Amino acid sequence: MANSKDQQALAISLDNIACQRDERQLFSGLSIEINAGDVLQLLGPNGAGKTTLLRCLVSLSQPAVGEIRFNGQALHQNLYAYRSQLLYLGHLAGIKSTLSPAENLRWYAGLEGDDVNLEERIETALKEVGLYGYEDQSCFNLSAGQQRRVALARLYLSKARIWVLDEPLTAIDKAGIAKLERRFAEHSASGGIVILSTHQDLKLDTLKQVDLQDYLPTPDMLMGGL
Amino acid sequence: MSSSLHSSNPTVGKAFWATLKRDLKIAIRHRGELANPLIFFLLVITMVPLGVSPSPKTLAMLAPGMLWVVALLATLLSLDALFRSDFDDGTLEQLLLSPQSSYINVMAKVFVHWLTTGVPLTLVAPLLGVMMSLPEAGYIPLLLSLLLGTGSLSLIGAIGAALTVSLRKGGLLLSLIVMPLYVPVLIFGASGVRAAIEGFAYNTQLAVLGSFLALAIIAAPLAIAGALKMSVNN
Repeated sequence: MANSKDQQALAISLDNIACQRDERQLFSGLSIEINAGDVLQLLGPNGAGKTTLLRCLVSLSQPAVGEIRFNGQALHQNLYAYRSQLLYLGHLAGIKSTLSPAENLRWYAGLEGDDVNLEERIETALKEVGLYGYEDQSCFNLSAGQQRRVALARLYLSKARIWVLDEPLTAIDKAGIAKLERRFAEHSASGGIVILSTHQDLKLDTLKQVDLQDYLPTPDMLMGGL
Repeated sequence: MSSSLHSSNPTVGKAFWATLKRDLKIAIRHRGELANPLIFFLLVITMVPLGVSPSPKTLAMLAPGMLWVVALLATLLSLDALFRSDFDDGTLEQLLLSPQSSYINVMAKVFVHWLTTGVPLTLVAPLLGVMMSLPEAGYIPLLLSLLLGTGSLSLIGAIGAALTVSLRKGGLLLSLIVMPLYVPVLIFGASGVRAAIEGFAYNTQLAVLGSFLALAIIAAPLAIAGALKMSVNN
C-alpha cells in the first residue's frame, strides 16, 4: 500500500518546550528530536504533565513556551500534512457507545478518507484486538477493556505513521499488552513513530524514554517568570 | 488549513458523509431524545387554547408569533445535547484532529441537527396551525419561513453550544448567548406569516430569512469550529 511519498522522512522536533496547567508550571526546557522508527515512552508520576505534552504534540493545545516542528516547519504552518499522518488515542477512548465497533471504525476511516477494502480491513483489525464476533454489538454492551480495544483497533486500521497514545495499555490484559508491544515494534520497523505514555515496562529494542521529572522547572525560573 | 478545502481533494466529501452517517445513526438510535423538541412544541401549543382563549379570533391573532416562539424554544431545548456526548466520549477531539477542515465536519453535525429538529418542527407546524386556527393564507408562509429559519437557528445555536460544551452547567449561559442572536430570525419569521395572513406579500421576509441562512452557512461553522477548539483545549 505504501508508496514512495508515504515513505518520506518524518521528523518531529520539540524545541525548549514548557507547559503549564492552571498557572502551574509542569516542566520546562524540554527539547527532543523524534525521527522515523522511534518509539518514545514518556515517564513521570501522575500530574507530571504527560497528557498535557501529548495534547501539545497533537496540536490540541499549545505549549506555553517553545515550538514543536514537523519536518522543519512549525506545526500550525504544516497542520494538514501533519494531521494526515497522525493517529491520536487520548485519555478518552473516542468511541461512541451507541454504535457498534465496526461503525465506530468506519467513521474513523471516513475521516481519513480511506475506504479501499474497508469492510475487510475493519474485520481484520477487530480480529487483531480480539473483538471478532463483537463487531455488530453496541459498544455499551462491551467491558471497559473491550471498549479500549475498539479504540486500539485503529492501530491496525489506520495508515497514519505518527501514533500519539495516551495510556493505551490501561485496562488491557497481559496477552493484549504483549500483542500491542509487537505492534509498536512492527510500526517502528516500518518507519513509523510511536509516542506513548504508560507506566508499564515496555520490552522494545528501539525504545527511547523521556522522564518529565528531569525537566522540572528550577526555582529561579519560577521566580523570574520564565 | 486552506489546502484541505481544495476542491480536488476527494476525502473532504468522504469525511462529510462519514460524520453525517454516524450522527444520523446515533439520532435514530436515540429516538426518545429526537422526539423531545417535538413533544415540547406540541404540548405548549395545545396549552394555548386552554390557557388563553379558545376563541378562533384570538387564536388566529396569536398564531404566527406563538408558533414561531415555541419552535424557537424547542430548538433551544435541543442545543445542549448537540456536542455534549461527543465531548464526553472524546470523539469531539478526534473530529477536530481530522486532517480535513473542521468546517466540513461541523457542517455535517449541524446539518444532522437541523434534519432531526428543524425539519420535524417545520413539518408539524401546519398541524399545530390548525389547533391555533391559523388562517388559510398563513400555512405556506409558515412552512417556508420555518424551513429557512430553523436552518439559521441550528447554525447560530451551535455556536452557543460549542462555546458552552466544556462547562458542566452551561444551560443558562447557552440560552443567554443564543437568545439575542435568535431575535432577528424570530422577527422576520413571525412577521412574514402575519403579513401573509393580512393579505400582503411576504417575499421580503423570506428573502431576509434566506440571507440570514446564507450568511450563517458561510460564517457559523467557522465560529463553531473555533469555539470547539477552545472548549477542547482546557
